[in-house]
Amino acid sequence: MKLLDKIFKFNGGINAETQKNISTKNSIKSLPIPSEIRLPLRQHIGKMAKLKVKVGDQVLKGELIAEADGNISAAIHAPTSGIVKSIEKLLIPHPSGLPDFCVTLIPDNNDKWIKKIPIDWKKIGIEETNKLILNSGIVGLGGAAFPSHLKLGANRNNPIKTLIINAAECEPYITCDDMLMREHGKDLVEGIDLVQSLIGAEETIIGIEDNKPEAFKIISNLIEKKPNIYIKVVPTIYPSGDAKRLIFLINGIKIPKEKRSSEYGIQMFNVATIVAIFRFIQHGEPSLSRIVTITGNIKEPQNYEVLFGTPLQYLIKDAGGQKIKNNTFIMGGPMMGFKLPSIDVSVTKTMNCVISAEPEMIQAPEEALPCIRCAKCAEACPVSLQPQELFWLSKSDQFEKAQNYNLFDCIECGCCSYVCPSNIPLVQFYRYAKSEIIAQSIATEEAGIARERNDFRILRLDREKKERAERNAQRKAENTGVDKLKLIEEKRAEISAAMDRIKNDKKLNND
Amino acid sequence: MLTSILIILFLAVIIGLVLGFSSVQFKVEGDPIIEKIDSILPQTQCGQCSYPGCKPYATAIAKGDADINQCPPGGEKGVRALAELMGVEYKPLNESHGISKPKAIAFIDEDTCIGCTLCIQACPVDAILGAAKQMHTIIEKECTGCELCLPPCPVDCISMEPIEENAENWKWKYPVYSISTSKKRVN
Repeated sequence: MKLLDKIFKFNGGINAETQKNISTKNSIKSLPIPSEIRLPLRQHIGKMAKLKVKVGDQVLKGELIAEADGNISAAIHAPTSGIVKSIEKLLIPHPSGLPDFCVTLIPDNNDKWIKKIPIDWKKIGIEETNKLILNSGIVGLGGAAFPSHLKLGANRNNPIKTLIINAAECEPYITCDDMLMREHGKDLVEGIDLVQSLIGAEETIIGIEDNKPEAFKIISNLIEKKPNIYIKVVPTIYPSGDAKRLIFLINGIKIPKEKRSSEYGIQMFNVATIVAIFRFIQHGEPSLSRIVTITGNIKEPQNYEVLFGTPLQYLIKDAGGQKIKNNTFIMGGPMMGFKLPSIDVSVTKTMNCVISAEPEMIQAPEEALPCIRCAKCAEACPVSLQPQELFWLSKSDQFEKAQNYNLFDCIECGCCSYVCPSNIPLVQFYRYAKSEIIAQSIATEEAGIARERNDFRILRLDREKKERAERNAQRKAENTGVDKLKLIEEKRAEISAAMDRIKNDKKLNND
Repeated sequence: MLTSILIILFLAVIIGLVLGFSSVQFKVEGDPIIEKIDSILPQTQCGQCSYPGCKPYATAIAKGDADINQCPPGGEKGVRALAELMGVEYKPLNESHGISKPKAIAFIDEDTCIGCTLCIQACPVDAILGAAKQMHTIIEKECTGCELCLPPCPVDCISMEPIEENAENWKWKYPVYSISTSKKRVN
């Protein structure tokens, strides 16, 4: 084990109250199986999973409910054994508050596993292992929910040299990764060994913020005898847990825009994702549960091991309910999370934290003042953007210019809104501009397809016209046989004979 | 004197050769302005602009025969983009060509369809699948929502279904918040 000393500090960031010790007093509690499980089919980035069950089917724990549809997608498994009750559109934890397809499962409380098949990855090879991971349902559990098999398989062109484990957990309130490291440190370190060999990395660096001394101690003890695993303590500055920020903090490498870290020989995984991969390969257990922090204005703030699809209300009830009733919950952290449109949703793969809103969190925000061009946002921006420029451009729908100002490099961390003395909801403008630009680019793509199809149709109609003309000409040619020619010649001869006669008659008359 | 004439002559020959070569080698096929206008148009191919498709309308704009505000599916944004490209003043959509409405796709009531193929012949993007006396259906992904299949249908079995907002195509809304003047704050 080696402590790497040099820290490369990124620009900006903020020092907010971390509020983490609220939820770290108790150990992780397992939530009993709920009476109903509701699994959204879209819990990840990419295409919606393809349904494999029908209403009335009996499923076992770990059985495939929906498989990955294509490469950029993730599978969904039954978190416990039971019967499929319905497949319908229900509310999902999404900022839109719109319903999406969900499978509802009624658990039979036997919690009976399907046959678990551990993977001997050394025997079947990395390619085959990756194919199995495609249907393990494992996605990035840090909150982005990017299918993990894509990251594990990304080293075909660029060999991965360094594996970085994201244990920064920089957002205030969230402690699920901290607790995971404290209690499942052994699984984590074994998982690191495994993933390091899977992607062929030479070394692993665990990046952890200095506000987690307990987890740091446990992990550094565990990796003491591992020569290729290092741990690096980074200062508590939000957003140090953002992938590119953490890479810079650790290695001093700035990944340029539109590039992936894998192109620079670096791959990053969240601690919870590593543990999920380890459990899948070592024990044959697909991704069925995660650790969720429930904190804030709640009677017993703590971390739970929750099955995917568990109703949020069930979790709230077990945590003792709200201290001050306001029925408002935030999913994710206070910086990047969003207000849940309803508490009638279920826990998904992206739900790392649920904050029961403190009264001051949901007060009507102070009225916004006009931008005074103080550029505090630019100082706070960890990506070194010009938030004030982006704000004006997004506000006035000048999307092309906003893109030239690198709008899509914005990680929506919320530092600019946090420091804005005018209380302008800056990030909301960037989100608006981004989704408008994305919608426009999809429309342009569709227009391109329509143009192509229309061009082809015109070509086809022309071709058909030509073919018809050719056919008609051919038919005509066929009709002009030898007999007809003879007939015409005879007629012509008759006509010329008649003409001659007339000429002769005229001559005679004149004479 | 002679040297300068020779130099000028030499330069003239060289430049002439370069220009002649590039005019052959880098010849621009088609009219780039038509392509540019066409790329702004939504490619619905609906003909509401009174031209038989987006490309003919683009050609007409380029020639100066048509105005920039005749495309209802393109909406206000489209007119603005065209105004900027053509360097002319923006003008509101000409409502005699129709009004802008949210994108919809055609839907065939398959029980009523008699399989006459009239809609297939009308579809500008070949987005209807079917054969004579066989049920027809719309290829949802390819439908541009041009509504050209509606009038020829003898049994009125085609309807336009607006695209619903769902978790996938949902967009963040324009932030609405109250702004107070600094004066008010002092008070």
